[in-house]
Amino acid sequence: MTSGATVFGLCAAVAVGLGLYGLITNPQPLRKIIAFNVLGSGVFLLFGVVGRRGAAAGIGNDPVPQALVITGVVVAFAATALAIALLLRLFQKTGTTTLCSDVRPSACSDPSGD
Amino acid sequence: MLPAAAAPALDAMTSTGGFLLVLSIVVPVTGVLLAFILGDQYERLVACAIVPFGLAIAAAIVVALPQGNGPVVYVLGAWPPPLGIALRADGLSAVMLAATAVVICAVAAFAAADFSITETRVSFTFWILLLAIWGALNTIFLGGDLFTLYVALELLTFAAVPLVCLDGRGETLRAAIRYLLFALLGSVLYLLGTTLLYGLYGTLDIVLLGRRIDTQPAAVVAAALMTTGLLAKTALVPLHLWLPPAHAGAPAAASAILSGLVVKGSFFIIVRLWFNVMPGLPGFIATQLLAGLGGVAIVLGSVVALRQERLKLLIAYSTLAQIGYLFLMFPLAFGASGRLESSGALAGGLLQAISHATAKAAMFLAAGSIYATLGQDRILGLGGVGRILPISVLAFALSGLALMGLPPGGAYLAKELLLQAAAEKEQWWWAVVLQAGGVFTGAYVVLVLAHALTAAKEPITPDSSAPRIRELATLALALCSLMLGLVPWEAYLSIPNGVPSDKFGIGALFKMLLPLLGGTGVAILLAPSKLPSWRRSGWNELMPVISSVRRGSLASSAIVEAGDKFLRQWPIACISVLTLAALFGVSMLGAH
Amino acid sequence: MSIATVFEVVLATVVLGFGFWTTAVRKTYSAAVGFVAYGLLVALIWVRLDAVDVALTEAAISGGLGGVLLLGAAARLRDSETTAAEAPGNLTRACAAVLSVLIAAALAGAVWLLPEHAPTLAPRIVANAWATSLANPVTNVLMAFRAMDTMLEKVVLLLAIIGVWSLAPDTAWGGRPGPCHRADPNGVLAFLARLLPPVGIVVGIYVFWTGADHPGGAFQGGAILASMWLLAIMAGLADTPATSRRWLRCILIAGPGLFLAVGLGGLWFGSAFLAYPAAYAKPLILGIEVAMILTIAATLGLLLAGAPERSVK
Repeated sequence: MTSGATVFGLCAAVAVGLGLYGLITNPQPLRKIIAFNVLGSGVFLLFGVVGRRGAAAGIGNDPVPQALVITGVVVAFAATALAIALLLRLFQKTGTTTLCSDVRPSACSDPSGD
Repeated sequence: MLPAAAAPALDAMTSTGGFLLVLSIVVPVTGVLLAFILGDQYERLVACAIVPFGLAIAAAIVVALPQGNGPVVYVLGAWPPPLGIALRADGLSAVMLAATAVVICAVAAFAAADFSITETRVSFTFWILLLAIWGALNTIFLGGDLFTLYVALELLTFAAVPLVCLDGRGETLRAAIRYLLFALLGSVLYLLGTTLLYGLYGTLDIVLLGRRIDTQPAAVVAAALMTTGLLAKTALVPLHLWLPPAHAGAPAAASAILSGLVVKGSFFIIVRLWFNVMPGLPGFIATQLLAGLGGVAIVLGSVVALRQERLKLLIAYSTLAQIGYLFLMFPLAFGASGRLESSGALAGGLLQAISHATAKAAMFLAAGSIYATLGQDRILGLGGVGRILPISVLAFALSGLALMGLPPGGAYLAKELLLQAAAEKEQWWWAVVLQAGGVFTGAYVVLVLAHALTAAKEPITPDSSAPRIRELATLALALCSLMLGLVPWEAYLSIPNGVPSDKFGIGALFKMLLPLLGGTGVAILLAPSKLPSWRRSGWNELMPVISSVRRGSLASSAIVEAGDKFLRQWPIACISVLTLAALFGVSMLGAH
Repeated sequence: MSIATVFEVVLATVVLGFGFWTTAVRKTYSAAVGFVAYGLLVALIWVRLDAVDVALTEAAISGGLGGVLLLGAAARLRDSETTAAEAPGNLTRACAAVLSVLIAAALAGAVWLLPEHAPTLAPRIVANAWATSLANPVTNVLMAFRAMDTMLEKVVLLLAIIGVWSLAPDTAWGGRPGPCHRADPNGVLAFLARLLPPVGIVVGIYVFWTGADHPGGAFQGGAILASMWLLAIMAGLADTPATSRRWLRCILIAGPGLFLAVGLGGLWFGSAFLAYPAAYAKPLILGIEVAMILTIAATLGLLLAGAPERSVK
């Protein structure tokens, strides 16, 4: 087992922890999105460590995890873009970005006109 | 090449009819691309052309399946797993494919008369995302690789979120953001588990993993994380913060899809994970824990549903309760061998999922017609609607009866199978929860119908009349749910003791009365909006007794509602996610 | 401890330091800046893990474009900082911290317990590389062995675009995304926007072209092209195209469309869906990748530009 895998494996685990903590405790939605990105990068790094351990046949990192991470990074970017677009629209519409969970029936159930 | 790949197993070779699996994914995706490029007026046309085609493919898969031996398989790119990806259709996939196709078909018929041509933005988004959800769900039902399932899950989320905020109001945008962020947390946890599984076994193929998996601690960590992530996406209580506002705020056709189909995607992956990938890993306690959450969901969802003032929120909370019902099968499928077995309980759980998909979609469509006609959907203001929209109210009633477990509905059959399994496994407590679930369902259906069938206080001037085709599509879906018990499920699901045959006898009648009468009682006791008829009934001498009991039960239901509000705070819901992951991890570790 | 290990420990510490700062810092804008630095350093870790393809992707998409996206949003939302302050209480924070540490510890433990002889698919990929005659194993996985994932992921990108567009006000539907940029035509930005794109386009195409045999490919090249496009837009040299334009929509579906068409060709004429006949594998894959790089560049650019805000009329 290469030493890099151990160090970066730990690093990935800590990044996941950091991301989770930020996602839970940060009240700002944009900060939640950033925390989600930290969390995601931790998961991808973990995949990288798994691939690094699987180095064989002259390839330094198993190509399958690499390919999966590339796909995952692009999906995570798209998710970030969608979340930010939603957030900007919410700000434009209401002037705040609070996600206050208080869903009063009168405020929330008013279904859209079809 | 490694020797293992020299003689590929049966499930790693394309079988006859396998191309149908490819088509069932490719056809909706092609529809997405075509509708996107043709755009602004043609998206509805494209979707309406794709729908019958997709329905035919689903039917062809259902027909092709029992003739062969074992699952229908297609190896993509002719690269067998673990290098490549396989699509597989077993009985579970086939029935889910068919149910999805039917619901999509009905919703498309409803929506074709719904979104007018002038609303280009709404129409463009809705039709494309409808096809995208279909493609994503089919990929989930057929995908044989855990990472393909991840991509399909993301596809599903990306298609579902914009539907929540189609009307663009601040409240729905807020619901959409919370849905997206929470769903992303769920998929990251799922991906985390996938990473560990690849590191442990060098493959993500479901069949290969099922053969290689053992009970080492790292696999347990993976299982706990993946299960919890998927539960967050399925909105099992206490991970339900996003569901009520998201499902209640979307337009009716979108709500029907979100509530009927989208939550079943992640549910199906949990079933795959627990039954196909690692049947031996969870152990007794984890299955009890999962069903315990289901039981809590039934009580919380139903009680809060009864306290809602608006019809769409009531239906959304009823979805929470019904999601809970889906998880009751896990302990009942837990065999003496210490593994989850595909037994009658699994068949019951899947049947429940299918009957909920059809019935709940019909309920949301009916609510949509009611809202469009009345211009509001307050439950207290439903009086007289039975006269204006008899077909929609009938559809609501039929789908409600189907959900309660009226024979010959799918839910009736599901309940029978689960009760059978509970008796076999001697886990009587789940039988109690199963019966209670039916009674609670009865309560909110009775509540709505009691108001809808009274006369209007003042004459109603309808905003617009619902087009007949919309009402008929709703009714067809509700009837479909009520007739599900007549389908020969034995060909697709493993039902060892046979289907209960007594669908129309005295016993069935009695089983039907329990949820109806019990439900009426519960509705009288727990609904703050009083039932219209009992006020003027001749029970005057009983009134003081009922009133005092009612006060007590209303107070306790207010506590449940406060608990629901507490759990739906963002930090609390996230902490629940992590706590559940830890609990699942500990209980699975303890099992070995 | 060897020098290499020391370097790794230092790198990991610095990365986590930035991660910690990003989580803890008070201002959202600072957090976004911190994340950009974090993302670029994570790319270094990927180089260290001998995954240069991923390093390029991470640097270009996560650190680069993702950073621009976050910084732009942070700037636009600066006024909202004061309104959304429902910070959780200390008990909640403590619970969150304990659980996050627990999960991180469980993960670290799981990584520690991974088998000594790690399972790998690398030998099989090398053994089957003949089928595509491409030397970059990652491209082989993305385009041949796991082509289904790559195709579906293109559809995910398309759905993200549809989701972002669906947020347009009804009046701006079909219009141009984002605000109108007017920069000083003699300013630094305009100067850079004239200077960089020719170079950037060459680099982007090179990264894409070399991806057949060396690290690189459509994702990384597409991200570079997208950033050049954005630079020109921000400098006011170009405007975002109206989203109702037919040519734009053609570009946006070119990647998944061609992928699907070739896949169906394999189903109809060849051995399987998404199977390439060995003789034509390389030109077919390169053809799909050309369509994909256009799609990716346009998609990434439009995702950054946001929802349509200005009506075409």
